[in-house]
Amino acid sequence: MTLELLLQYLVAGLTYGSIYAVVAIGFNIVYNATGIINFAQGEFVMLGGMVAVSLQRSLPLPLAVAGAVGATAAVGALVEVTFIRWLWKPSVLRMIVITIGLSILLREGALLAWGESVRSLPYFTGDEVTALALGGVRVSPQVLWVLGTTALIVAFLTFFFGHTMLGWEMRACASNRDAAALCGLPVRNLVTLSFVLSAAIGALAGAVVSPITYTSYAIGGGLAIKGFTVAILGGLGNSTGALVAGLLLGVLESLSVSALPTAYKDVVTLTILLAILFARPSGLFGSREASRLKDF
Amino acid sequence: MRAIRILAAAVAFASAASLAAAPAAASAAAKEPIKVGAILAVTGPASFLGAPEARTLEMLVEELNAKGGVGGRPIELIVKDTGASPEKAISFAKQLIEEDKVFAIIGPSTSGETMAIKTIAEEGKTILLSASAAEVIVNPVAPHVFKVAPKDSLAAEVIFRQMKKMGITRIGFLSSNTGFGKAGKEQVEKLAPAFGIQVAVSEVYDKGATDLTAEVTKLKAASVQAILNWSTEPAQSIVLKNVRQMGLALPVFQSHGFANIQYVKAAGPAAEGVIFPASRIVVADQLPASHPQKAVVDAYKKAYEARYKEDVSTFGGHAWDALMILVKAVELAGPDRAKVRSAIENLKGFVGTAGVFSFSPTDHNGLDIDAFELLTVKNGRFVPLGP
Repeated sequence: MTLELLLQYLVAGLTYGSIYAVVAIGFNIVYNATGIINFAQGEFVMLGGMVAVSLQRSLPLPLAVAGAVGATAAVGALVEVTFIRWLWKPSVLRMIVITIGLSILLREGALLAWGESVRSLPYFTGDEVTALALGGVRVSPQVLWVLGTTALIVAFLTFFFGHTMLGWEMRACASNRDAAALCGLPVRNLVTLSFVLSAAIGALAGAVVSPITYTSYAIGGGLAIKGFTVAILGGLGNSTGALVAGLLLGVLESLSVSALPTAYKDVVTLTILLAILFARPSGLFGSREASRLKDF
Repeated sequence: MRAIRILAAAVAFASAASLAAAPAAASAAAKEPIKVGAILAVTGPASFLGAPEARTLEMLVEELNAKGGVGGRPIELIVKDTGASPEKAISFAKQLIEEDKVFAIIGPSTSGETMAIKTIAEEGKTILLSASAAEVIVNPVAPHVFKVAPKDSLAAEVIFRQMKKMGITRIGFLSSNTGFGKAGKEQVEKLAPAFGIQVAVSEVYDKGATDLTAEVTKLKAASVQAILNWSTEPAQSIVLKNVRQMGLALPVFQSHGFANIQYVKAAGPAAEGVIFPASRIVVADQLPASHPQKAVVDAYKKAYEARYKEDVSTFGGHAWDALMILVKAVELAGPDRAKVRSAIENLKGFVGTAGVFSFSPTDHNGLDIDAFELLTVKNGRFVPLGP
């Protein structure tokens, strides 16, 4: 294989990887605040894309994306306040069943609202044929938008959870809800906030990836599976881990295509994933001690 | 013993009741609706096919019933949405045949689903008019199974003729892991040698694929002269984008699955110049007035576009053909399933949206290679490729 081809495969891998990573990060926020996985995360991604496409008909692109993020964040808050807030001592299992139910509800709701057709935002820079030539390889500017957005989100979250009072409070809430409540933290509001934040980030991801992947009411499930895989691989709760794991998985997929028939892509990547998880059960960047203290 | 006696009494009562009801039923039959089932992928990854099919059927049934139905009997349409899942198609087919006792079934939308229910329809002696493409649906022939979409072997042949004309001898082939993709792959790999064309790389991708840059890179590495993609999913548009983003100036061919203007819109400028076979419905307004299909495709296009505010596609056209062929056969043979079946089998020169159908006991598709016209995309519109 020539160097140029290898680089082109790497670019392809980074494209997939950045999409997986930006979806995976959304999982981490709810996990960081509640210790559960929100299986409706893929639907937040879908909603972000769909609302942005609808708004974009009458608004300029940046406003449409902002509007979609706002609207989806509101849906996230609504979902939490309506279905999760009133649970007395929610168990992990119950929360999982509820979020799976919510994902079905949101998906079918989107089908009613938008119908079954596939749509997308215009490319943020250039159009469907534009590509930047970097040396011998060509890359769509939208891939750079996705990578840039992912990097920004990771930077923001690392700062938020590591260096702000609110972030610490959310982590305290995840570590031990009762203890956090005893310390006077508004536990319920913090959980609501985590849903708002993850919905907003999911929506931003959905809007930014839609020119590449297209979006439709059903896209959430597929993205969520890959995103969830990446979140686990990177270590649940760790956003930098998600970014690295996402890019790693994407590049692995792409390189596997170069050597084997495409049909084996998932076999190759899942084998590697399992091997990594056997060696490091808490993910590439997860802490073994921390994960032992969690329910899930 | 007691159980048997009760059973016997029940049977006796039931047969007496049905005897008494028989004359009444005969006169009510004139008004009783003809039940037509439709198994379509209205939602899910093949909704590009199923949704316009369902809309077309709804519109046609309403029109027909407003005119007094068929032979004085209204049509009752029962649409089942499979979301393109063959498992759902199987349970819907059983339900329509055994519980609803439908007169005939239109669909399924995809080849995989049709193959899943081919024997169910045959064993239930229920006429099946499939809207999907694979040749295996009607080869070997099952007496009750017909299909109105042109065969994929014809599509492959039309494409290869054009490639030969352009001097292309080495191609890269992509297909999706669906019934349509698999059947197309089989035909393409079988027919290519006869046209002196070598399929240098053949890759199968997931129907939900969101980016195909790696696959396209592989085709680039094999230095092919043209790319042929065979699928019905949005991946068709993704391939086009990825090829152009990579700066490949190769001709790109698509299957007849591309004949929905939505794919062109989704691919934007990347769709310019793509070559694919399609039935004439998508270029209805560019047909000469003398063309035998002109009146039929024009009328359907106008009615559909006025009602649903979206462009017609070949797929909605398949639903039109399936229902109108059934209606024609019922008008010819009366509402008797066995007679209607043989009426379809002997139908000649029926002008539909996909072409002029002439069925026979050995040909349950009824279309020949003239059903296809090679189209290309110019300024975001379908236009005939021309010589």
